Amino acid sequence: MSDYKSPETRILPEITDESRAFWTGGERGELLIYKCLDCQGLIHPPAPACYHCQSINVAPRPVSGRATVAAKTINVHSFNPAMPSPFSVAIVELEEDASTRLTTNVIGCPPESVHIGMKVQVEFEHYEDVWVPVFRPVAS
Amino acid sequence: MSGDLQGRAVITGIGQSQTGRRLGRTGFELTIEACKKAIADAGLSVEDIDGVASYPGPGLGATGMSGASTTQLHAALGIKAKWYLGASEVAGQLGPLMEACMAVSLGFANHVVCFRSVWESTAQGSGGFGGSFRGSYRASGFMEWTAPYGAISAANWIAMLCDAYMHRNGMTREQLAMIALNARRNAGLNPAGIYRDPLTLDDYMSARIISTPFCLFDCDIPADGAIAIIVSRRDASNGLPRTPINVEAFGGGLYERFTWDQRADLTTMAAHDAAASMWENTKIKPTDVDVAELYDGFSYLTVQWIEALGFCPQGEVGKFIEGGGRISLEGQLPVNTHGGQLSAGRLHGYGFIHEACTQLWREGGERQAKKDVNVAVAAAGGGPIAGCILLSI
Repeated sequence: MSDYKSPETRILPEITDESRAFWTGGERGELLIYKCLDCQGLIHPPAPACYHCQSINVAPRPVSGRATVAAKTINVHSFNPAMPSPFSVAIVELEEDASTRLTTNVIGCPPESVHIGMKVQVEFEHYEDVWVPVFRPVAS
Repeated sequence: MSGDLQGRAVITGIGQSQTGRRLGRTGFELTIEACKKAIADAGLSVEDIDGVASYPGPGLGATGMSGASTTQLHAALGIKAKWYLGASEVAGQLGPLMEACMAVSLGFANHVVCFRSVWESTAQGSGGFGGSFRGSYRASGFMEWTAPYGAISAANWIAMLCDAYMHRNGMTREQLAMIALNARRNAGLNPAGIYRDPLTLDDYMSARIISTPFCLFDCDIPADGAIAIIVSRRDASNGLPRTPINVEAFGGGLYERFTWDQRADLTTMAAHDAAASMWENTKIKPTDVDVAELYDGFSYLTVQWIEALGFCPQGEVGKFIEGGGRISLEGQLPVNTHGGQLSAGRLHGYGFIHEACTQLWREGGERQAKKDVNVAVAAAGGGPIAGCILLSI
């Protein structure tokens, strides 16, 4: 479906000091995830301490944006009329650390084709002050 | 180390308000009705009540999710409290009731009225669930990570986890259906049930999909209603009319971060932590449990609790519930004997403990489990929210 169009509106996040990097990194094409600069562990959702080693030496760092679908659903019911159903919602695991996951939309393909194990790549959709990371299947 | 209540916390009375769809009554009215019923059921008067506990306090924003806070009920009935609590950052919906058990065990109160009330059905009215998200709303808390993707319902979050479980363990929709069919059959025998007409597997399989793999019948129904439970200090229960129900143990463990999508094993939930911590606090074993009243905000959450509480090996719940016989009123482990939230309304966890008490007092009428009921478990919550309580008589 190369004719994919991003939704006209999305519910946008209330950006916090910790989440600003995640929601705005897309302006420069970067998926920014908090990283512990001591143990190198990733931290998501972002927090000012590393839950692996309790270090506070943490900061947002770019990741590759490559990920794998770990769980998925097709939202059919129109909970939110602003976003036309059906659409895919998925939990994806980051290539750098499979235990760090994002809930996201897999876009640019029929929702029923999304499957566990599918390789996907980040892209960004811009609304107001937010660049929403979404994922598109990698052509195999 | 274990958390041993030493038999000092008991349940002496229960009460349920009128319950239904769009009753047109306020949550506050329903709360007062349930609490007065429970106090009378315990053979007490308001003057005897010296503690109040409820979930979630005033803090949860969604419309109709809290009919009255602890201090509102306290003021309305003129209770002279020595101890009170209203909170949502606790071990699930049953958390404040667990805290009440500790309070009476330590002598901080004699009789605590514990309640939960909802009026989502009336409050949402024709606006629907999505009505809260219009205009300049911006998502915060966990919703910050899901709402931008259109995943504003717990149906979406839990559907994904169910999908991962099915993918790994081979559970089928036909097996999952048994949670909904069992609940409906039991609600048909419960005068307080909301949806009581028979539900067939064909009805289930042909129902409209909400969020794959969940169909309409996998999702509980917003309701108006309130439930109150009287938690008493055993020494203060002498002479009361009912046989006190012993609070044998409870568990509210949370071993991983409070998120819906970062748990190390996506096919488990905090229910596993809560159950593990509960079993550490008792000599009773899963095989001793006679009935299990297990949260079913979504059918899959009951699947999770069955596994978490150790009623079958991890990953094998599909086979355990296949055909529905094992979890029926006649089965080895009757589950959700009142109809659960799927067919008796989303009373947000307290319907399960109310029903566990009803079964232990053998007052289930037509829906009474066919076996002798001496030990019951009530569990509430899903995702990172979890708490469970073991009761005996």
